[in-house]
Amino acid sequence: MNYLIRRLVTFPLVMFGVSVLVFVAIRLVPGDSITAMLGTEAGLLTPEQRQSLAVYFGLDQGWFSQYWRWLSGVFSGNLGISVTYGKPVLDVILERFPLTLELAVLAMVIALGIGLPLGVFAATRNEKRSDLAVRIFAMIGQSTPSFVIGLLIIFALSAGFGILPAMGQFVPFLEDPLGNLSQLILPAMTLGLSFTASVTRISRSAVLDVLGDDYVRTARAKGAPKARVIWRHALPNALIPVVTLSGVEFGYLLGGAVLVEQIFALPGLGRLVLDAILQRDYALVQGSVLFVALNFMIVNLLVDLTYVMLDPRIRLGGRA
Amino acid sequence: MKAFFQSLLRHPSGRIGAAIVLLYIIVALLSQAGLTPYDPLKQFRIERLQGATLAHWMGTDMFGRDVLSRLMIGIGQSFLVAFSSVGLAAVIGTLLGLTAAWFGHLWDGLVMRLMDVLLAFPAILLALLFIAVVGPGTFTSILAIAFVYTPIFTRVVRGPALSIKTRDFVDAARSFGSSTSYILTRHLMLNLVAPLTVQVTLALAWSLLTESGLSFLGLGTQPPNSSLGLMLADSVNLMEMAPWLLIFPALAVMLGILGFNLLGDALRDILDPRMRRVVA
Amino acid sequence: MSKLLSVSGLKVGFGRGDALRPVVHGVDFDLAAGETLAIVGESGSGKSVTALSINRLVDYGGGRILDGRMDFLTAGGAVINLATASDRRMEKIRGGEIGMIFQEPMTSLNPVLTIGEQISEAFRLQRGLTGQAARAATLEALERVRIADAARRLGYYPHQLSGGMLQRVMIAMALATNPRLLIADEPTTALDVSVQAQIMALLAELRRETGTGLIFITHDMGLVAGIADRVMVMKEGQVVEQGPLDRILDHPDHPYTQHLLKAVPHFSGGRHVRRDHRRASAGETTPTLKVEGMTVRFPATAGLLRRSIGAIHAVESVDFDVMPGETLAIVGESGSGKSTTARALLGLVKPSRGTFSVLDERPANRRKPVQMVFQNPYASLNPRLDVESLLAEPVLASGERVDAAVRARMAALLERVGLPANSIRRYAHEFSGGQRQRLCIARALMVNPAVLVLDEAVSALDVSVQAKVLDLLIDLQNEMKLAYLFVSHDMAVVERIAHRVAVLYAGRIVEIGAAQAVLSSPQHAYTRRLIAAVPTMERRREIFELDTATIPTLLRPPGYEPPQDHWRVCGEDHQVRIEGDPYKDQNHVADARR
Repeated sequence: MNYLIRRLVTFPLVMFGVSVLVFVAIRLVPGDSITAMLGTEAGLLTPEQRQSLAVYFGLDQGWFSQYWRWLSGVFSGNLGISVTYGKPVLDVILERFPLTLELAVLAMVIALGIGLPLGVFAATRNEKRSDLAVRIFAMIGQSTPSFVIGLLIIFALSAGFGILPAMGQFVPFLEDPLGNLSQLILPAMTLGLSFTASVTRISRSAVLDVLGDDYVRTARAKGAPKARVIWRHALPNALIPVVTLSGVEFGYLLGGAVLVEQIFALPGLGRLVLDAILQRDYALVQGSVLFVALNFMIVNLLVDLTYVMLDPRIRLGGRA
Repeated sequence: MKAFFQSLLRHPSGRIGAAIVLLYIIVALLSQAGLTPYDPLKQFRIERLQGATLAHWMGTDMFGRDVLSRLMIGIGQSFLVAFSSVGLAAVIGTLLGLTAAWFGHLWDGLVMRLMDVLLAFPAILLALLFIAVVGPGTFTSILAIAFVYTPIFTRVVRGPALSIKTRDFVDAARSFGSSTSYILTRHLMLNLVAPLTVQVTLALAWSLLTESGLSFLGLGTQPPNSSLGLMLADSVNLMEMAPWLLIFPALAVMLGILGFNLLGDALRDILDPRMRRVVA
Repeated sequence: MSKLLSVSGLKVGFGRGDALRPVVHGVDFDLAAGETLAIVGESGSGKSVTALSINRLVDYGGGRILDGRMDFLTAGGAVINLATASDRRMEKIRGGEIGMIFQEPMTSLNPVLTIGEQISEAFRLQRGLTGQAARAATLEALERVRIADAARRLGYYPHQLSGGMLQRVMIAMALATNPRLLIADEPTTALDVSVQAQIMALLAELRRETGTGLIFITHDMGLVAGIADRVMVMKEGQVVEQGPLDRILDHPDHPYTQHLLKAVPHFSGGRHVRRDHRRASAGETTPTLKVEGMTVRFPATAGLLRRSIGAIHAVESVDFDVMPGETLAIVGESGSGKSTTARALLGLVKPSRGTFSVLDERPANRRKPVQMVFQNPYASLNPRLDVESLLAEPVLASGERVDAAVRARMAALLERVGLPANSIRRYAHEFSGGQRQRLCIARALMVNPAVLVLDEAVSALDVSVQAKVLDLLIDLQNEMKLAYLFVSHDMAVVERIAHRVAVLYAGRIVEIGAAQAVLSSPQHAYTRRLIAAVPTMERRREIFELDTATIPTLLRPPGYEPPQDHWRVCGEDHQVRIEGDPYKDQNHVADARR
């Protein structure tokens, strides 16, 4: 249990680092924030207006007290106001998050559902023709950027069938499940394909690695049939790298898939950050990037929890 | 060295990967030397949006520019970014990882927590944040991608360095009284060359991927200069009318990344003795 | 007696097509029901491959049976040829009729399943038992291998048990379904001597109880003498000789068997110690190495905040000295502190207190008069450096340049340790284990040390190579008047090279003196037990005693100081520690805890 507690202790530490990084990055942007915020309109301000705005945003104070104000705001759920949307940053983020979350979950379901069995299968067929086919598929899948896959899918659909993917306003699953799925199926497949490729590769090599271990030989010496050797003895020991990879990829997907959202014109978190950067909406950049990092850390913690469940050596520590 | 190249060429994916990478390097060098079929900026007004012809093997774009020439320049551009950024990340990451592993304690904790912070962002988001601060452009993409991949090199070096540190030959060196710099260079670094080579090759693949994404979003290489991501972005609205604008750059990106991935896999098989299990 | 297994013309190879590499070239033997056959050989002899071929596990390691028959009499009375039996059939035979135990108990059990789950799997697969019936059978199996508190242990994971315990679990699992044949592949090689004795005793007892046939694979002739009915000696994939135990041990025909019996170190209770050195009495000569009150403690912490809970007393006030040209062997089992003592002398761990001094009377002595040779020659040479760079390192480390004189010394030393002259440009992986260890010895001698610390220096080598390296070490010592500190767990090797022996137990010397005296008439209870556990040629088919004493904890509360030593002198050069009242010691611990 110590392991998990230790990870819990580093959690706020890393989050603190993340918040400092985000905060400092924003302050490093060249030019003053008020000009950046208001764009050309800033030229119309009188020095007095400028000064009162600076006081209003706390910009007249030192970095440290600015950081402190921001951080205490974060703890009370106040991430500031988005200039572009004229709404609290948190509200804007939470509007976008369901789509991103659903997309990430769908991609992971596809990846684990296809990649894991495929990888295990390839490992048991080591060096045979079917193994080679799986490896080529995985290799190509991993080598194609997801936005290229997305472009090719759109192209194939429009050139071959004359259909265009459903775009526009996001339809929540609970309101219209079918509409929702028909909207998300293509982007989910796009994201799922590269994800599947990596899951296939890592599960193949992890199982292959474990199949050479001594305890697998012991299981065979007991007379365990092939399927039992693989599913009962090898796979549980091979899962840790698979969980690690899936966790990292899932965590990153929760940060939004900027490129795929761009191609399919989906209003997800990734595009929110991109637009915020392009429009210099710094409160939104700051808030959403922090949100993304927090998501990633939470997923990491869940991955650690899975390790603990999978491996008694982590759960119980060394010899008592 | 000779034996290494022989086994690389005997390895099926090593052979293909090496051939692809070599081809791309030649193309990149040719384009940087100005040896493209046409001037990539020259606009053949009457031949706008033409498919493949004998004169323009990959057709022309909406301004009547030769796609092949622009593709070659784009590959050159992508490789420039990929090699510079990975080189930078590898040097800084190795330095950090090596010293973190060797000196341990506070330094290790500091370095690794800092890397945890950087790793808490999706790669493309961290690059975006970096570009938001510094502004878009080729040089910025190099720095941004280097920034994103430094933590990965740090981790990749630190792990093996920690295990080499406990090996008997390092104990032996300490028992002779060898200096720290001697142990770090002759014992640790020399044994890290293999995993680093593999990692550099794979990182080149990722960095190509990130670069094409950044320029697709308009945050990398700026027009009228050419890059693969930029060409793909330009093709989006024309793909039904002029599919060659999508297909050729898409294939070029895939093949380039595939080449480095294949080469990296082969290098891992050849250089990483863990994978070569000796059967009893 | 009926034939249980009859192997004829067995050929096994690895790889396919052009890459086919035959490993076993035609092995024939018979095994009667209830009989024990020992297959003896060194690495590369094909003994393990032969064993793995019998239950066809070799198929999963990339191997293939090329030719031959293996007729096995099943419990049902049918005879089947294992060489050609289907995978389906083999699954029933493995575990059901043929059990197997392996060399590394630590890695041979599945780390994510409890030992109870792993044993009951055997019942489930072969007997179809589930639920309560399987649990009861598992409990009984654990009790059969004399594991105390079996009901609780069922829920343990492998990493919570010691190596000896795990090997017993392996045995319980292999014998779970009363197989007619048990194959044991070097089952005790990874274990300490006293644990080895326990496992051997257990195997012998169970064999008698169950009447199972046993094929025992080993490199150790001493173990063979204790357990086998028949012996088969293998070399390079071929059987060189086989026959009844006594005939093979007493009248070996083949030169290789004779070599294994004569040249290889065997323990003989101190009768064959070295007599090429006379220890000078005090005052006559000054010792080369003098160690006084050497103590190494590692801080121990617990909990999340790494609170200090005391210290591991790894080495506790150890005193000894070594004269020029003399070998002091430090013997003990894992956890005794013998390697820590050696490492402290080289500055690899920091002694908490105590001093050591090295006297080097020769002129032009270098900065590091103590050099070390490590246990594993595969790990102690940097694989990326050529021999010249390897040999240059100690010279460079002592602040000198590699000049013509140093190069000449390299060449001379390489020749002296018996390596070919063209070695200088080669890399470690181009040499065999024995050659690598010679290289390590040459490297240690580059700076002309006065003391050589040899930490298990021959343990990783094949037995016949061990003998040659030991001979080299003895010659070098006599030529250069080197003082050796020889750390080892192997009594047979110690008997070959030691002039004096110090026995280390739980971090303290319990007995020290002339090798002949300590090995032939051990005085301390622990020394006696240790020596009794060493297998010898003389004790044939002897039943070992089951002894389950464990090393006491070395963890002491903060501020703990051990009581004063008391020694009893029992010979001209032989001293033994008098153990204090053990209860008093325990009270002391309890007081400090409170």
